This record gives sequence, C-alpha cells and structure tokens, in this order.
Amino acid sequence: MSKKDLGLLILILVVGAVVAIINPRFLLPINLANTSNLIGLFGILSIGQAFVIITGGIELSVGSVVALLGTLFIDFIAVRDMEWPLAFVLIIVLGAIIGLAHGWLITRLKLQPFVVTLCGLLIYRGVARFYTGDGTAGFAFGQNFPELEFLTAGRSYGVPNSFIALIVIAIVMWVVLHRSVFGRYLYAIGKNEEAAKYSGIRTGRVVMAAYVICGVLTALSAIYFAMYTRSISPASHGQFYELYAIAAAVLGGFSLRGGEGSLIGVLLGTVLLQELQNLVNLLGIPSSLNFAVMGGVILIGVLVDQQWGVFRARRLMLDATRKGAAGAPAE
Amino acid sequence: MNYSDTSIVASTTAPFLSLEGVRKTYPGVVALDGFSMEVRPGEVIGLVGENGAGKSTLMKILGGVTRPDTGTITVDGVAHDGLTVEGSLGSGIAFVHQELNLFENLDVAANIFFGREPLRGGPLRLVDRARLRTQVAPLLKRVGANFSADTPVSTLSLAQQQMVEIAKALSIKARLVILDEPTSSLPIAETDKLLDVIKALKTEGISVIFISHRLHEVERVADRVVVLRDGMLAGTLPKSAINHDQMVKLMIGRMLKEREKASEAARAPGSVALSAKAVRTGAYPDRPVDLDVRHGEILGLAGLVGSGRTELARVLFGIDERFGGNVELDGQQMALGSAADAVAHGIFLVPEDRKLNGVLLDLSIAQNISLPNLPAHARHQLVSASAEAATAEKQKNNLGIKAPSVATRTGTLSGGNQQKVVLAKWLAMNPKVMILDEPTRGIDIGAKAEIYGLMRALADAGVAVLMISSDMEEVIGVSDRIAVMHEGQISGILDKDDFSQENVLLLAVGKKPR
Repeated sequence: MSKKDLGLLILILVVGAVVAIINPRFLLPINLANTSNLIGLFGILSIGQAFVIITGGIELSVGSVVALLGTLFIDFIAVRDMEWPLAFVLIIVLGAIIGLAHGWLITRLKLQPFVVTLCGLLIYRGVARFYTGDGTAGFAFGQNFPELEFLTAGRSYGVPNSFIALIVIAIVMWVVLHRSVFGRYLYAIGKNEEAAKYSGIRTGRVVMAAYVICGVLTALSAIYFAMYTRSISPASHGQFYELYAIAAAVLGGFSLRGGEGSLIGVLLGTVLLQELQNLVNLLGIPSSLNFAVMGGVILIGVLVDQQWGVFRARRLMLDATRKGAAGAPAE
Repeated sequence: MNYSDTSIVASTTAPFLSLEGVRKTYPGVVALDGFSMEVRPGEVIGLVGENGAGKSTLMKILGGVTRPDTGTITVDGVAHDGLTVEGSLGSGIAFVHQELNLFENLDVAANIFFGREPLRGGPLRLVDRARLRTQVAPLLKRVGANFSADTPVSTLSLAQQQMVEIAKALSIKARLVILDEPTSSLPIAETDKLLDVIKALKTEGISVIFISHRLHEVERVADRVVVLRDGMLAGTLPKSAINHDQMVKLMIGRMLKEREKASEAARAPGSVALSAKAVRTGAYPDRPVDLDVRHGEILGLAGLVGSGRTELARVLFGIDERFGGNVELDGQQMALGSAADAVAHGIFLVPEDRKLNGVLLDLSIAQNISLPNLPAHARHQLVSASAEAATAEKQKNNLGIKAPSVATRTGTLSGGNQQKVVLAKWLAMNPKVMILDEPTRGIDIGAKAEIYGLMRALADAGVAVLMISSDMEEVIGVSDRIAVMHEGQISGILDKDDFSQENVLLLAVGKKPR
C-alpha cells in the first residue's frame, strides 16, 4: 500500500469516526450492510474505469451501458423467459463487444476516447429508452429467481454478496494490474505510448483489451444494479455513474493523463464516495446538496494530493543534488 | 552581406564581462569553485566541459537566474555581487538555448518582437505590421537570413530557427550572445551557416560564448577556449593552441585513448543481414530506397536533416507505414507490420529522441530493460522482479551504467546513461540488426567513446549495425562504410578508402564525390 493509499484510508476512517460520533446509526449493521452493498456495485464499475484511465483513456458511456444492459437483462429473464445463466453470459458478452468496439474505434481508427465514449453515452441511452418504449423494465408480481437473487442481492454471514464479489474481482484485478505482463504494458503505455511502441509492444491490442475489461466489468455491475433496483426506467437508470467511477479513480490517485494509480486506490476512492453519500443522508444534509458535497471533497482531495506531489518533487530534487555531490568525485 | 572591415581588436579593449572568483554551491555540491573568466567585445569564446562540469550553473549566473555565493561579476566596468534576470537582459546578455523557444504557429517577425510589438496606438492596441516588418528586415539581414519576416516559423529548418533566435537577441541590442549547444541537432551544411552568423556577430563587436560538445566546430570559430572541469577553470587555450586533443585533455584531465577507429586491417565483409528493396517512406513516397547492411559491419548513414534517414530507419523498424518495397532479413522476406514484428526478428532501433521514444523516464532501469522482452521475465504471465533485476544488473555492469541501483528511476540519469539503458534493453535480447539514430547526440565525450566501443563490439560479434549520424567526425571515425542520403534517396556509398568530409558533403547535397 502506497503512502497515497494510506492517506486516503486514514481520511476514510476519520470521516467515518466523525459521522459515527454525530450519528451513531452509522455503525448499525443494517447501515453498514447497505453501504457496503453500494460499495460493491460501484466498486466493480470503478475498477473497469480504472483500467481505461490507466492507459490515458476515458470511458464515458458506463452509465448508459448500465442502463441498456440492465434493461436487456431484466427483459431477457422476466419477459423472454430466458434461463438466467444464459442471460448472464449474454450480457457479459455484450459488454465485451461494446468494449471491443470502443477499443477498435480508438486504436485502429484513431478517434479520441472522449469522443467515442461520449457518442456511446448518447447512443446506448437512446437505444435503452427505445427498447422499452420509454417504459419501465421490471419483474412481474411473484416472479422469483432465488439463486440469482442470492448471488446478487443476498448476504452471506451478514455481508452483502455484491461486496464479496467486489473483493474477489479486486484481488484478481490487483494481480493483473500490478503483477502481470499485461499490467506492466498498461502502465508503460499510460506513461508514454510512443516509447512503449518503440519497445516492440503491440500497444493497440493492449489498449483494446483495457476497454474490453472495462466493458465486461460494467456489464457485470449492470446485472448487479438491475437486481438491486429490480425495476429500471432507462431514462434515468445509471445516470452519472461514469462520473462516480471516474471520481473514484481520481480520488484513488489515478491521473487522467494515464500511467498512474493503484487498484487499492480506486477501491478506497469508491469507499470514500459512498461514505460521503451516507454522510449526507445520516447528518440530515439536504439531499439536493449530495453532488456538491462530493464535488467539494474530490476537489480538496486532488488539491492536497497535488500539493503533496509538488512538495515531494522538491525534496527529491534536493536529495538528487546531494547524491550528485557525493557521487561526483568518484567518476 | 556588407560589414565594416574595422573588426574590433580584442586584446586592446576593456572586457565587456568579467567574472572573478565566482563560487556557487548547492546543498552538498560545489557547482562552481573560484571560477574566473573575461569576455572582450567582439570575442568568440568556446566554452567546453563534460556534462556536470558547471556550464549550466555558469549560464544561470550570467542569466541572473541564480546568484553566486561569492565572487564578483563585472559588466561594462560595473561590479556586481550577482545579476538579476532584468539586469542581465538590460546589460545586453542574450541567450540562445539548445531547445529553441519559438512559437511555431507564428511568423518570424511576430516571434522576434513577441511582447514588444510596435502598436498603432488607439484603444484596440493593434499591431503595426508595416512597422514591425521594417524593423525586422535589417535584423534578418544581419544574421544572413535567406527567409523573410512573414515566413511561418514552422516551415524553417533548425538552423534558420536559430537565426531567428539570434535576430531576437540582436533586437534587444545584445552585446553578448550565449549559444548553448546550438549545433547539436544541426546537420553539417546548416552548421556552417550558423558558424558564419557567429563570425558576422564578431565583426559587429558583439561577443559570443559558444558552448558545444562538437569540438571541431569550437576549433573553427573560437578565438579562445575556456575549459571547465568539476566546477573549476581547467585551462584557457589561446587561438593558436586550440585543437581537439588539447581540449579533450583539459576536459577530462587525461588523454583519451586512441580515438575510436575501425581497425585498419580490412575486415572481411559478412553476408547481407538487412536489405531494403525499393522501400518507400512517407517522407518521400516516390523515391524507392535500396540499402544493404551486412553482418559484422557498421554502416554509417549520413545526409542532411530532412534527407529521409530517420524515416527510413522508422520504416525498417516497422514503426512507420511502408509505402512500397520489401524488407529482407538474411535473404528472407519479412512480414513487417509493426515494431513488434521487427523486435521479434531481432531488428532493434535506438531512436533519435531518447526521452520521447527511447526510455520511459518514470520506470526504473530494470523495468526499461525488461520491457521489450517482458514475457521472458515472467512465469505464467506474472512478472518476476528478481528476473528483471538479474538481467538489468548484468547489463548495468556490462555497459557501466552509472546509477545507485537498477531500481533507480531512469529519468534521474544523465543523457549518456539513459542512452546506455536504451542500448541495454536491446543488448539483453541478442540483436541481429541494430539501427542507431544519432546515438551520441547530447552525450559527453567519455560516454561517447564507450558507445562507439559498444557498437564496434556488436559488429565484431556479427551484428549488422546501421548508424545514422549528422556528426561528421563520428560518421567517418566509426563507420566501415558510409551510405549518404539526399532527398530521400541513397546518393552514394563510400568505402573506407574514399572516406573524407568532402566526399560525404558532396553526396549529401546530391553531387558526385571526387
């Protein structure tokens, strides 16, 4: 765990302590379970986003994908009577295809990620609304899917299974990002794509894979969100979720220029965001201020991080000149 | 050009600038130690020294960016403890930096008078373009420019852009122009133009401090050479004593071993390794290039900047699209769709722009070295840090990379050591063909000699080495054969017996060698 992550963890604990003192209900099992469920849902989404951001890209269509794939998933199992495991696989494949399409447009046709995914944001939202005739996708009265519901919205020993899913995914993705060859390529490309290319890395494929990973994780979270809300009105479902995901990554130390950030960082970023949501609810702050509180905290967080970076760079430079002095006569 | 013949006789005039016992320390390091020097009006001083000798600190002091701890700086007879940026500018000291500070999207006139444009008056503060042009024209004439005031800077060559910088210096009535490595990225013919400009400044009584690693240019233009070593004045050479070996001796405090030269015994040429067959590049899509590089040789590729050498290298490495023709390796036609293909075949490139393309500055030495061959340093797709460190450690010792450890961030290394990291990552992979684009640009003399030695060792081991260079001494001193490019085509290939600066130059401008 880096110092940056540690700082974020301390901030989370301090905010938690303050909230708990003001309103002890914060620590009630029911509140903790609800919050950790949301952390699970948004965490999966944010990890996907992080893989794109590390390459210096951005994925803005996440919220619309959550709406479209969620709508399709409910439609598949509730209306079309598809077996849920089949529907599950189909949705994941669709997510991968969306990611592949984005990656292809960005790496092969050299479109900017912002533009491609902005168009995606508009297109998928529109398709989702058209698909339901601007209605609501939901389950009929008495429709039950016990295994699916247990896996998505259920709990094991009081812990939401969505949160457990996040932990499992996080461990796997941590290994991928921080230990694998692919992860090293991601960092190298994010730092300097040209230099990576000059080292013989097939950068296009690597970047495309990052968008596919994002698409798959987004599809997975779309299913979780759908089973959490159980009814979806495609006009508003998942709105701004891409911004939650980006915010979590940025809070977690990711640079939008690419090449920087850790998996633990994006997890902690998600935790802090959900904690703030919870804080707004528990402290009786008007919920209309919700976004303002989040925006303010992110701004302060990034500002502190930036100033800390400047301070560290200065210190490093001083160290370097000192070392240079010690090393010079030996040369 | 028409200059008055009354060039000022240097020795009889009071110095324009003199430094006396200047000392500057940074925490834990003495950057300058009791340094003294004088610059007289109309004098061209060559300032040489290895990287880290204190040149940059000296420049910062003269530019008023930092103050010396002790010592005096006398400008025009007035003694100062230190200069300020305004004070330095005001007394007529102008800098032309290695990295030019021009706005490429603006024209020449706008660049020269940027922020000081003549205005028409009135509330809109419109620029008086007519007056601007009449003011710029004579300045351009003084630097011998062959372009006009309204030429966009983006269309100028590097040497021309430097002329713009010098014209800018003249526009503020500079009395001392400090040129920091002005020729390091210039090809031969352009360098001559720049040296002419320096001579022109001299006849006007303007002093010049010329900082360069290219000693033969210093030799040609300097009236006096000041050598810095470890922050101290290592020596001053009067005009009559300026020569390459003397400078090197003072710079490094000892004589260099026999300058790197291919052993005189004729080498038996190996078989053709890399062969370009009618290859066309994006820069000259209508000019097919045929070129063979043999095993065991260093083939120098000379030519003017813009002659298409770098583009050819990039196509051979698979980075750039090929507009026609084939590339063969050991007689076999290659599928070459990306750099990854070239790397898989053992064709490696050390690119021209080290910081942009050669190394990842934020990664460690070990991570840079393992990057092109990462799967070999991994088990089940998981990177093994110890395998990386072992490879890097071996290369660090082989190449003598000076760094605290292989975990050091590459960005903190000197240029020469960064270049060694670029070389190391390829050497660790058994190259068949090694393409080096300006491998010693901006690297100090000691490291240069080491890199020449490495190239020779590679060739001796049977590797085909293709070296692009704009440094004449280097091309002639290091190559076994020299191919010269002119406007996208190979204008000629010289064998060892025909090597001469003249022949290379003639071919570079598209004429026949003698």
